[in-house]
Amino acid sequence: MTGNNNAGAPRTLYDKIFDAHVVDRQEDGTCILYIDRHLVHEVTSPQAFEGLRMAGRKVRRPDQTIAVPDHNVPTTPDRVNGIENPEGRIQVAELDKNAREFGLNYYPMNDIRQGIVHIVGPEQGWTLPGMTVVCGDSHTATHGAFGALAHGIGTSEVEHVLATQTLIQKKSKNMKVEITGSLRPGVTAKDITLAVIGKTGTAGGTGYVIEYCGQAIRELSMEGRMTVCNMAIEGGARAGLIAPDDKTFAYCQGRPHAPKGAAWEAAVQWWKTLFSDEGAHWDKVVTIAGEDIAPVVTWGTSPEDVLPITGTVPSPDDFEGGKVEAARRSLDYMGLTPGTPLNRIKVDAVFIGSCTNGRIEDLRAAAAILRGRKLADGVRGMVVPGSGLVRMQAEEEGLDKIFTDAGFEWRLAGCSMCLGMNPDQLAPGERCAATSNRNFEGRMGRGGRTHLMSPVMAAAAGITGHLTDVRELMTETV
Amino acid sequence: MDKFTTLTGIAAPMPLVNIDTDMIIPKQFLKTIHRSGLGKNLFDEMRYDAQGGENPDFILNQPAYRESRIIVAGDNFGCGSSREHAPWALLDFGIRAVISTSFADIFYNNCFKNGILPIVMPQEVVDVLMEDARKGANARITVDLENQTVTTSDGQSFPFEIDPFRKHCLLNGLDDIGLTMEKAASIDAFEQQAAQSRPWV
Repeated sequence: MTGNNNAGAPRTLYDKIFDAHVVDRQEDGTCILYIDRHLVHEVTSPQAFEGLRMAGRKVRRPDQTIAVPDHNVPTTPDRVNGIENPEGRIQVAELDKNAREFGLNYYPMNDIRQGIVHIVGPEQGWTLPGMTVVCGDSHTATHGAFGALAHGIGTSEVEHVLATQTLIQKKSKNMKVEITGSLRPGVTAKDITLAVIGKTGTAGGTGYVIEYCGQAIRELSMEGRMTVCNMAIEGGARAGLIAPDDKTFAYCQGRPHAPKGAAWEAAVQWWKTLFSDEGAHWDKVVTIAGEDIAPVVTWGTSPEDVLPITGTVPSPDDFEGGKVEAARRSLDYMGLTPGTPLNRIKVDAVFIGSCTNGRIEDLRAAAAILRGRKLADGVRGMVVPGSGLVRMQAEEEGLDKIFTDAGFEWRLAGCSMCLGMNPDQLAPGERCAATSNRNFEGRMGRGGRTHLMSPVMAAAAGITGHLTDVRELMTETV
Repeated sequence: MDKFTTLTGIAAPMPLVNIDTDMIIPKQFLKTIHRSGLGKNLFDEMRYDAQGGENPDFILNQPAYRESRIIVAGDNFGCGSSREHAPWALLDFGIRAVISTSFADIFYNNCFKNGILPIVMPQEVVDVLMEDARKGANARITVDLENQTVTTSDGQSFPFEIDPFRKHCLLNGLDDIGLTMEKAASIDAFEQQAAQSRPWV
């Protein structure tokens, strides 16, 4: 570990964090990388704990391991009585058993602090700048918003981190994504991250760690930055990063697990060295003008299938290579005809929530559009706060009332419909305007059709009953 | 973990691009607390209809491909979630190698932890292998990890690149955790130093 992050050759933010965590480096570049925080949920961890037990191993740093159930948990109030689905119940019970047996930091299902692991980590101050953070979940990239190197791992790697507090890693390449200028009204962090994937493709980031920078990124709140980094994985990148600044420090200060007093001062001093140096080497650079980004939606079954809401459904002939067949399959699955204006696509459901858009700012933005309005006839709506604390905050602000008055269901915290591992699912053929992160076939329920978009765009679709340009509904309240 | 040395077997052609982990093993099968038994649900929503009947058009349901050991796939295979259930399901079905122009990062890592070899080949080679795979059960593709080659049923051989450390672990069936634990002294030293330089962590 180096005390001075600015000595030597110019480095990127990723280089600096990586270098500060190398325990061992082999000649071929294979490194043992130290992990500061390990987040654990119920779906990808049971086999890892089982592996530890079978080998007679312990959790090396239970004090740096944080467990919370989120994927399986029902979001209806009756969950205080337990989970009805027997398999889901067993998985959550296993996490409970493992967390207690190994002495982990643990937020059980009915704790007010429970929520989606990627919302709980930052909220509780576990996620801090300059850290390495991993979780058996691809959306771990979210924590990169703090200037932490954060990425998803598989269950074997979960077991590796539990046993050794390290990962075997080779360095990725550096990619810079710069969003210049400012966003226009009605355009959000979600539109930035989708627009980037639309430009680079879902494999465009493979082999890279992305640093998002530029004025439009600096102008985002921490919540917005988390939305941007959350979907770095949908662009194929191992992680997304944003250099920490005063907004980051202000967000962290006073959180339960953030440092206090002199330790806080020392931390901030180090955190202020976490930026990419002038002259650092980038293997790939993508630049998008913030002013050019429109509110976007997805039309297909890959997050790269992104278009401005003003567009029309494309034809398979618009593509090349393997994407022709993929587009044909997507259109068939989505039940869409080429040439249809996107804003004429009717929706049956609206889902507001997920680790991408389940934070307080997301709920405020959606509520601002929904205030005094109602869901169109026949459209069902669900709002699922990302954590118990987000839910409480929203209720203090009266947002729950706005949602329920509009006809939405107001739920308890969890992953909910985003991956349909719990009772919240789409029916076959049901079409949903969703603030989640994946529009894959069957993701939200077998046969379910997902259009990804921002919270304000999802709210707008709910009101009109079809995909809608939110700018047409905007008033001075937005 | 089982060693991987050489493999000769039927290869299933799956030219679709962006085959994601939700396709490989849909979320309803992630509720297990075990690693085994997922093979019957591999590609579940493509392989079976809503009533659970086999979809006869799906490649692994066709008589020639039911015993496939290799998949030749379109670009960006394994994108999406980090679920290791995807390689577990492939392995449980009997797949030990996947060949594509590119793989998603986490899926690629997960394969090596389970004795599955993901092989990256240029488009023109994938095209040749895809054609060979289309010949069905009479055409067997051979993967030789030691020599880093893939050979078609008619003897055309193509080299591939692989990280030397990963090759070593796969050839010998080595457990990563055991290897890292041999470096326990370095981890201890790192932690002591970090406690000084970043005491807030």
